[in-house]
Amino acid sequence: MAESITLEIFRYLSESETKPAFQTYEVPFRRDWVILDALNYIKDNLDGTLSFRWSCRMGVCGSCGMMVDGTPVLTCATFMEKFLPGPIRVEPLVNFPAVRDLVIEMDDFMGKLSRVKPWIIRDEEKPLSQGEYIQTPAQLHDYKQYSMCINCMLCYAACPIVGLEPGFVGPAAIALAQRYNLDNRDQGKKERMEVLSQDDGIYECTLVGECSVVCPKSVDPAGAIQRYKATTAMEWWKSLLLPWGKK
Amino acid sequence: MVEVVITSVGQEMSEYSRRNGGLYQRRTPIFWWTKKWSNVKFITRELTSVFVAGYALVLLFQIRALFQGPETYANFLEWLKTPISITLHAVGFLFVLFHSITWFNLAPKAMVIRLGKKTVPGSLIAASNYAAWLVVSGLITWILAFS
Ligand code: SF4
Ligand code: FES
Repeated sequence: MAESITLEIFRYLSESETKPAFQTYEVPFRRDWVILDALNYIKDNLDGTLSFRWSCRMGVCGSCGMMVDGTPVLTCATFMEKFLPGPIRVEPLVNFPAVRDLVIEMDDFMGKLSRVKPWIIRDEEKPLSQGEYIQTPAQLHDYKQYSMCINCMLCYAACPIVGLEPGFVGPAAIALAQRYNLDNRDQGKKERMEVLSQDDGIYECTLVGECSVVCPKSVDPAGAIQRYKATTAMEWWKSLLLPWGKK
Repeated sequence: MVEVVITSVGQEMSEYSRRNGGLYQRRTPIFWWTKKWSNVKFITRELTSVFVAGYALVLLFQIRALFQGPETYANFLEWLKTPISITLHAVGFLFVLFHSITWFNLAPKAMVIRLGKKTVPGSLIAASNYAAWLVVSGLITWILAFS
């Protein structure tokens, strides 16, 4: 059994150096340690200047996503054991600019999320006196999977299209749009379609499928996008064949 | 590590980045898809469309030859029998096969069918696509064999 393991960590000290470099740290190997434990060990015992984000340590906050040996993962949910004998290479999520060390800039992602209008849109709100909007378990089931997203951005780091076309709205945002489109209380499909049928919307996706592979919450954003494309195609045919039909 | 640019001090940058060295941006290399088997498979799947288009072209030329009269059509059929055409068809067939199989396997991603309270499993959707493929191929073989 290994006593220790080596981590090669991407260091970008934006205040003093212009070029990033990999720094090597030797940490004790523990079978029950995840990558995040090793990073915290480094921060507490070896090098307090290392910067990285984390919060919940249990795969719900979505803040600890990093590239580990080239694959985007939640570092709090990825055991070191998997990478024996090492070394393990840790980098900030690709397709995002790095602010410092393993911390990335996510404003662009936040902007994309709000672009798809992720809230319940009603043509007309019914008055409170008429009671709540009712939803059956089956109707909840229709969109529940897409509501499990924790905004960890692993799918953006996995998607080559996001890398090549930075404007692409991207997997999580489209899955989020579907989360509302498929909600029986929502009436905002059309408004979202206007956003997502643009050049940087669903048709940028060529179904590489890596987003769904890396998603820690089984949201299956690739599936969400393809379903979206299929519904749009159907609507288009409907409007062509039944032009008198309901718009 | 991929090509690298430090983004110039822009407006959207946080106070932290503006005061320090700026953001560090990495670019996707052109040959990004060579690093992972699943991505090589993806690019192959996309390239196979060229062969699908090739088949369509052959069909269009065949129809044109048909309209140009029996002699042109006979010539066209002769050309189809040449070794070069047979080799092209064989290679094309392999790629088109790859194309069909990969896309049929992906069909459940786009189609989610609900029957009552249950969602039809993806494997069944893929299987029904394969079944339809078999039936159509069978029909074509039957027409060719008995006409
Ligand atoms: S869809 Fe999955 S990978 Fe993408 S942000 Fe949401 S939870 Fe993370
Ligand atoms: S620390 Fe919250 S998801 Fe990893």
